[in-house]
Amino acid sequence: MITFNNVTKTFEDGTKAVDNVSFTVNEGNLVTLIGPSGCGKTTTMKMINKLISITSGKITINGNDIAHEDDVELRRNIGYVIQRIGLLPHMTIEDNVALVPKLKGWKKSEYLKKVDDLLDMVGLEPNIYKKRYPLELSGGQQQRIGVIRALAGEPPIILMDEPFSALDPISREQLQDELKLLQKNIHKTIVFVTHDMDEALKIADEIVVMKEGGIEQIATPSQLLQHPANNFVESFIGEDRAKRAIVSGETRKANAIMQQLPSTLETSNMHVVTQDTAIQEVARVMLLKNTDTIIVTNSTGAPTGLIEKNQLLQELAGIKEEVQ
Amino acid sequence: MEAFQVFLDTILTRQDLILKSTLEHLYLSFLAILIAVGISLPLGIYISKKRKVAEFYIGITAVLQTIPSLALFGFLVPVLGIGAVTALVALIIYALLPILRNTYTGITGVDEGIIEAGEGMGMTKRQILWKIQLPLSLPFMMAGIRTATVLTVGVATLATFVGAGGLGDVIWRGLQSWNNSLVLAGAIPVALMALLFDYILKLVEKKVTPKGINL
Repeated sequence: MITFNNVTKTFEDGTKAVDNVSFTVNEGNLVTLIGPSGCGKTTTMKMINKLISITSGKITINGNDIAHEDDVELRRNIGYVIQRIGLLPHMTIEDNVALVPKLKGWKKSEYLKKVDDLLDMVGLEPNIYKKRYPLELSGGQQQRIGVIRALAGEPPIILMDEPFSALDPISREQLQDELKLLQKNIHKTIVFVTHDMDEALKIADEIVVMKEGGIEQIATPSQLLQHPANNFVESFIGEDRAKRAIVSGETRKANAIMQQLPSTLETSNMHVVTQDTAIQEVARVMLLKNTDTIIVTNSTGAPTGLIEKNQLLQELAGIKEEVQ
Repeated sequence: MEAFQVFLDTILTRQDLILKSTLEHLYLSFLAILIAVGISLPLGIYISKKRKVAEFYIGITAVLQTIPSLALFGFLVPVLGIGAVTALVALIIYALLPILRNTYTGITGVDEGIIEAGEGMGMTKRQILWKIQLPLSLPFMMAGIRTATVLTVGVATLATFVGAGGLGDVIWRGLQSWNNSLVLAGAIPVALMALLFDYILKLVEKKVTPKGINL
């Protein structure tokens, strides 16, 4: 578990990159830090392995203040994957992956086995690849090595700094899928920096949205889509995605959008839908029955709310109230 | 044909002088390069960590390089007198720049991503230097040493003017006595020596270039 307590980072030139940030990354979670460039997400991440020092506040890992840990020792127990991959071009794949285990003083037989296992895990046949050099591999393969190199020392925590953003779209998708699958099996605590909302929504257990050094919202992907905390988060998600989330029908049921039923309304001869009806289905019923208002009933059949045509159209179009 | 015969005769009759001068020339050049490497490599590594002062040091060696070689030998005589030491100092000064600049360029040119990865994985500064920066900049350093070597072998012909011997002796005697054969008997070994050094160092350069970066 990684905890940020009122962490602030002010650079020498006076810019406040991270401003009084507090949050917790639970063990085994994949948390993405996301935001526009300059929002402090990378700085926040690099403070965890002390590549950037903290100005004030405290970061703890499992309760231990990292300020008291030796930099080098701390980093050997935190995996690190970067956008530029950073494989050592003069070393073979085997030597690259075995780097941290060697630094930690593992026995040769131990780390050689580890290298084979890890290569197998990402689908690169060890006997073919381990004696090759990084430049003999494609970009996607190189970053797979980058990821397993971070895993080799068996760190409980892994930091990833936009690891897939320099790859071609196909490799990127593949690696995202692989990472997701990997995470299911290895249960590492992963802090993943990205500027790509699609990527964050796809892989994250939890998303931390940042802006100008502060945190705007912390939420699971579906919470974030359905309940963006403010206009900034909403615009950062983008209407396009919000719309898609609605079309894909994720929990967008009639009861989620219905208005309160006016007590004076006579409902007996109006058309009804049950509260679990998807809003697309509600629209279909409205069109078929040629009506502008529809009554929503609960599981016992009692009327609990109503939906108006214009309101439904707005929901389907992904346009919020302020447009009215 | 006659000229060639004269040339051969010259070599035969002056073989003692030519051999002695060649050895002196080798000795001067080799020692100068060795000392220049001993100064420039550590200095280059040092200034690659202090980029603010780097341009200053490289600037100094660049200014020294702009002094015409004949003049430099002349300047040094009043200070150091005549003899091998003066010649060595001058040659070392000339060899500094290519080695220093290439070492600096080589080390600072290592991809920042690789350094960051190394640091993030928990390598110490020393490990980053020895396991990443030096191996990756070795080809650059060797290229600098090669340039310096060819340069030094050429400039060492001027050592004769400060009484340090070398093949410049042979060339100078030839010039003074209007003996073109003797000039050639001094100049050709210089050229051959430069080519030979260049070739050997090229092999070394190839050898030290890490396998993975030449694909």
